[in-house]
This record gives sequence, C-alpha cells and structure tokens, in this order.
Amino acid sequence: MGLFQKHQALERHSLLLTVGILVVVAIGGIVEIAPLFYLENTIEKVQGMRPYTPLELAGRNVYIREGCYTCHSQMIRPLRDEVERYGPYSLAAESMYDHPFQWGSKRTGPDLARVGGKYSNEWHLDHMTNPRSVVPESIMPPYAFLSDNTLHIENIADHLKTLRFEGVPYTDDMIENAKTDLIAQVDPNADYDSQDALVARYEEASGRKGTVTIGDFDGDRTRITEMDAVIAYLQMTGTLVDFSTYEADDLSNRR
Amino acid sequence: MIPGKKCAILNMASSLFVALVYEGATARPIRNYPYITCARLNAFCDQFEAGLKGANSVSTITKPRSSIAGSIAGVATLVAIACLGSLLIAANAIDPMMEAHAWIFFFLTAFALVTIGIWAGGLTGRDPFDESFYEDMIVKFGVVAAMFWGIAGFLVGVIIALQLTWPSIFYFPEFGWSNFGRLRPLHTSAVIFAFGGNVLIATSFYVVQRTSRTRIAGGLWPWFVFWGYNLFIVIAGTGYLMGVTQSKEYAEPEWYADLWLTIVWVAYLLVFLGTLWKRKEPHIYVANWFYLSFIVTIAMLHIVNNLSIPVNLSGSKSYQLFSGVQDALTQWWYGHNAVGFFLTTGFLAIMYYFIPKRAQRPVYSYRLSIVHFWSLIFIYIWAGPHHLHYTALPQWAQTLGMTFSIMLWMPSWGGMINGVMTLSGAWDKLRTDPVIRMMVVSLAFYGMSTFEGPLMSVRAVNALSHYTEWGIAHVHSGSLGWVGFISFGALYCLTQWLWKRPALYSKNLVEWHFWLATIGIVFYIVALYFAGIIEGLMWRAYNEYGFLEYSFIETVDAKHINYMIRMVGGGLYLTGALIMAYNLVRTALGHGEAADVASPEASLAPALQPAE
Repeated sequence: MGLFQKHQALERHSLLLTVGILVVVAIGGIVEIAPLFYLENTIEKVQGMRPYTPLELAGRNVYIREGCYTCHSQMIRPLRDEVERYGPYSLAAESMYDHPFQWGSKRTGPDLARVGGKYSNEWHLDHMTNPRSVVPESIMPPYAFLSDNTLHIENIADHLKTLRFEGVPYTDDMIENAKTDLIAQVDPNADYDSQDALVARYEEASGRKGTVTIGDFDGDRTRITEMDAVIAYLQMTGTLVDFSTYEADDLSNRR
Repeated sequence: MIPGKKCAILNMASSLFVALVYEGATARPIRNYPYITCARLNAFCDQFEAGLKGANSVSTITKPRSSIAGSIAGVATLVAIACLGSLLIAANAIDPMMEAHAWIFFFLTAFALVTIGIWAGGLTGRDPFDESFYEDMIVKFGVVAAMFWGIAGFLVGVIIALQLTWPSIFYFPEFGWSNFGRLRPLHTSAVIFAFGGNVLIATSFYVVQRTSRTRIAGGLWPWFVFWGYNLFIVIAGTGYLMGVTQSKEYAEPEWYADLWLTIVWVAYLLVFLGTLWKRKEPHIYVANWFYLSFIVTIAMLHIVNNLSIPVNLSGSKSYQLFSGVQDALTQWWYGHNAVGFFLTTGFLAIMYYFIPKRAQRPVYSYRLSIVHFWSLIFIYIWAGPHHLHYTALPQWAQTLGMTFSIMLWMPSWGGMINGVMTLSGAWDKLRTDPVIRMMVVSLAFYGMSTFEGPLMSVRAVNALSHYTEWGIAHVHSGSLGWVGFISFGALYCLTQWLWKRPALYSKNLVEWHFWLATIGIVFYIVALYFAGIIEGLMWRAYNEYGFLEYSFIETVDAKHINYMIRMVGGGLYLTGALIMAYNLVRTALGHGEAADVASPEASLAPALQPAE
C-alpha cells in the first residue's frame, strides 16, 4: 500500500500536516458559501423591503440582547402547517438587511417572522410584562424591566452608519435625521412635520405605502423606553414584502 | 507493579498483535508502522514521567538566559498592551457593559503583570522552563479549571431546565439577567468552551509533550494561552449576563472578546506547533493530528464567522459583516463545525491517547486512523446547511449539506470502531475499571449521536425534528454522553497521573458517578425525544375539518412532564460531576486507596493481630 507509506511524509512534517489540514477543511466552505454572494437567484426580487427605522433597529437590538433568538425562530418553512399557522413562507429577501440574521434554531415559543400586526400593542405590553397574564400556560420569561429602561438613542446615527458601510441602503438623509426619526415614530407629541418626514423617507425606500407605523407602543407617553422599541420592532416583522405582487412560481423564485 | 516487566509483556503482546494484523494482511515490515504500538506509546509516557532524563539528573542543556527572558518579556509586553488598551477603553466607554468589561480586563491583566513581575524577579538564575522536565503544572491548572467550569455549566443547565418547567417560580421579574435568554448562552458556552475548552487545552498540552518526548515549547507562552483563554471565558460569561451578545449561537461574544480569543488562539497554535517542531520522535502521534486539526480549523471558523464591525471602538455593540442568508450559512458552517472540530476532533484526540494508555493496548488500526481522520475533517465542513433545511437557503446548498451529512456517518463510526476495538484483548477492563468503562460508553454515545445526526439531516426527517426538543435531545446525547464521558475519563486519568497516585481515592465513587450520569443521560434524552416528536406531530396535526388541530401553546403544555424528567436527568448528571470533583480532590490530596497503595512500607509492616 504505497499510499499509506506516503502518509508518513505528513506524519513527519508538522507544517505539511498543518497546510494539508487547512486545505482539506477549506474546500467545503468555499464551495457552499462563496456562491451565495454572487449567484443572482439566491435572493428573490421583491417589492417592499426597506431598512429598519431607527426605532425598529433599536428594538431589534433589544431583541438580540435578551436572547429572544434562543426560543423564537424567524423563518417560516414552506410546509403546509407552517404556512397556515404563521403566514407565507419566509423569503431570503426578507432578511437581506439583517446583520446578523435571526432565523433561530429552536421553537420553544412560536415563530415570530410574521408576528407583526397580529396582536395589539397593549397585548404585547401585557404579554412582555407578565406572559402568564395573557397566556396562562406560557413558559416565557417576564420582561417588565423593559418598561423601566429608558432607550439609549444618543448614538443611533452611528448604528445606521455602520450598517450602511456593510451595505444596508440608508441614505444621508436617514442618517442625518436618525435621532429625530426615532423620536417621531414613538412620541405622539412629536410634531407632524417630523413624523411625515420619517414616513416619507422610509416609505420611499420601501416603495410601498403603510410600512411605517407610528404610535405610543408601551402606553407611557412621558418617555421612550426599550419596551417601545421592542414592540415597534415586533409589530413590523414580516410586514414589508408585498405578497400580492410576489410571484412564487416564477422560475427565478422557485426553490 | 513493575512498569518494566509489564511493558515487556505488553510489548510482546502488541508485537504479536501487529504481526498478526498488519503482517498477515500485507507482509510489510513492522517498521512501516512505527509509532502505533503499545511499546512506543508507553515509551512516550512512562519512561520520562519524573522528568525527561530522570528526576534527579541535572540538565545538561543550559538554556541561554536571553531565550528565557524572551518569552517572559513577550508575554509581559502583550499583556501590558492589553492592560493599557483596556484602561483607555474604560475611560472612554460609551455603554456600561463596555465599561464593566474594560475594567475587568484592566484589573485582571494588571494583576497578571504584577504576578509575572514578582515571579520573574524571584527566579534568580533558576531556569523556570527546564527542558529536562515536562511542564505539568499547567495541566494541573487545566484539570482544576475544567472541573470548576464543568460544574458551573451543568448547574446553569439545571437552572434553565427548572425555568422551563416551573416558569412562575424560577423567573424573577426584577432580575432581567436571570432570564432564560441570557442564561442559555451562559450554559452552552460554559459547558462547550469553558469546560470542554479547558479539557482540550489541558489534555493537548499533556499529550503533545508525552508523545513528542519534549517539554512544551514557548516558555511562558503556554501559560498565556491558559490564562488568556480563561479570561476570554470570564468576559464571555459576564457579557451574556449583561446582555452583550451578537446572537450567533455558540459565537455570542462580541467583537473585542473575539479579537482577544484570536490572539490567544494564534499563541495556542504556535505553542502546539513549536512543541511538535522540537519533538524527539520522528512521527507525529495520531492524537496530535486531531489536536492540530481542531486548533487550525477552529481558528478559520472563528475568524470568518465573527467578522463584524463595531459601531464604536469604545462600545460593545457591533454589526455582523454578512446579512441574511449568507450570514445564516456562515453561522451554521461555523456552528456545525464547532461540533465537528471542537467537540469531535479535539475529543477524538483524547480518545487516541487516553484509551490506549489506560487500557494498555495499542490503537486498533493505524490505517483506519488515517482514513477516518482525513475523510472526517474533509466531510464535516460540508454538513452545515442541514441546520437550514426548508429555509430560504437555496436548495442546492441544502442538498449538498444533507448529502455530506449522510456520508459523515462512515468516518464518524471509523473513529468509534478504532477506539472501541482498541480494547481488544482487554475487554475485562470494562468490568474492573470504571474509568475505562466511562470512556468506552462515551464512544457508544458518539456512535449513537453520529448515526442520529445523519438521520436528522435527511430533509423529510428534519421537517419533523427541526425546531423541536429532538434537537436538544440529540445534542445532549452527544455532549453529555460523548464529550462529557470522554472528558471525565481523561480527568480521572490525569488527576491520578499528574499527582502521581497509584490509584484514585475511591473506585466506588467512580462507579456512582458512572451510573448516576448514565441514568441521568437516559432520563434526559428519552424525555426530550418524546417531547420533540410529540410537539413536531402536534404542530402538523389537522382535525377532521382540515384545520390545524392544536394551538401553539397546547404543544408547549404537552411537554411539561417531559421537562420535569429532563430536569431530573440533568440533576443526576450534575450530582455525578460533584461526586467526581470530590473524588478528584481527595485523589490529589493523596487520601484513601491512593494513600494505601502509595505507601508500600505500610503494607510491609506486620499486620496487627487482634488479641485472643
């Protein structure tokens, strides 16, 4: 067996062995991951996707911080029961601005990819404050403290800038007005001009009407809390893409 | 016991074995298979236990002072840079989490600097890195650290199991940090990276020295690797409690912890390679191939999966460079190979040293080790997409992932067979030595979970199993059974050998540990297999009118009893680990059976007869 004898070269030269290992373990990743960056049909062509508003982004960061992904997926699979339970199956396009993705791996709680608009803000507030007050059998932790925590908004523009550097299409306008946009979305007392400006900015990016919701999400009008942000985020998940114009059977969208 | 005599007998046996197996099959001279015999392995291990040239010999190699000073100065400089950098960040931190972490970093690195200074000042001409001795102190530290983190990690696991079972008792609305979402990464990181990582560092340092017949390379650098790694663990763990996470499973620590780990890991690779470079054996022993593949591949995975851009250099938050589908596949390419290269090849390296050594038998097959090594590391890398079946990941990638996952079954079982069959001719030890039994049962769990994995990676099966408790059962069969048991075996061996005890404090306690842990695992996985299949079927159940039969919360409620049984199983496993810790401490202190055998004069003294 000549081959096994040749292996002795690897056993005798540590650098050869190291390089051999590196080459062998690099191949799979290169073949599987690299094409996702240039194959055009990896991400479907859809209408309605836009970057997160500053408030939604802040809420998403709270969602990440609290480890919601450990129990909630955001990825509806194209299986009959899932589509009936949660809504249209998730598209790659719907998470193309997600740095990082939040598809999850475990459903200790239900999927949240399309929870947006399914429940009222008040329900979310009650549920987050004490999950068992609205769902007695729930095993979810309580998040009452989110209502006490004031949302940090000082450097929100830096967050948008970082994301733009990574390819999220935030405009100069959006970055410049990040803080006022955030306040405008949550504060019912904010002036109408800034609210209109916020809606205009993000609806233009989306190309769809009605994709920006303004409201006092946590029922506390005196200040902006983390609860405001996280409910604003939950209320928009899965609502952006216009499924009336999406052609699932189109050859480029088949999978 | 006379090692020389025993060794001679085993040499004969193993020569016969090698002659029968290899010669019979191929008629090749034995010298073509030079390193794998029991005699060689024992030569690596026993001959030089007390020091490379005997405990009392004086080193003839006088190391130039400059090379000793070199590694001390190098480590001190790096730690000083980290210390100053963290002070700078602490002063400018824009969020409280970053501030806390910068101060932790500052105080621990400052403490390390002072310690290095005092220690180096006290050397006064003595060579602290005497080439005629193995560096065993660092392995002892690794054993203690592994034990500590293991118990901490198991305990957090039991706590979060309690939270899912009785949420109204074990959640505290006023303590957000104690919620499941923050404790779950703490649990996974504590058991994988803190417990598993310390086991791997300790055993790799032990094994590479023995099988290369040389002291570990790098002077003070191995100590930097050990403490630097444990500092990373502290930063990661406290980060989870404060809510610092990038939400990528098993890669949650933020950018600055990742950078620190990268530095530590490069040092680890260089220390390991450096030791191989000065080895006194022509061949690199098979365990070291596996350690090397673990170190190299984890470096690659860690760097690519953690590519992110911090919002502010004085803030903890960063955004991942990749998004959506690309980020998802990068994550599971990482996540699955954290299993493949951290929890598999690293622990197979442990198997390749500790099972032959403990059983005093040669590794079953040299060729099998070559074939399964290369095929395992080649195929494992491809299997990541099976975590993303039916998702928005393109189907060609899912199909590749599934295909390679099924192929992975064979090299995985190759490793199991090579480990189990090493006991050929020593099967009686399963009965007499519970430590051996633990390691062999770990291989049985390895075989089970590496059969189950390919099964679950089939798309149709995955449609049912994914997102359910089945996945949790699967990983715990692998982690509690395979990784846990092989680690416990190695820790028992190392404690006995490092503290130079002829036996463990109590074999009975090892039996207790073995049976409590085994029953615990069975409780755990059976309960969750049922839970997973029940909820998977309930999610897709339809009633006679064609509507979904169950609301989601009904499927949660259905698992309540299973959660209780799981919690009991985890508790048993934790109890077993506590018993082990007690046993190891008493062994290290030289109590019990260890003491009886350790003092031969005691047994030589005339036995006192009771008065008539």
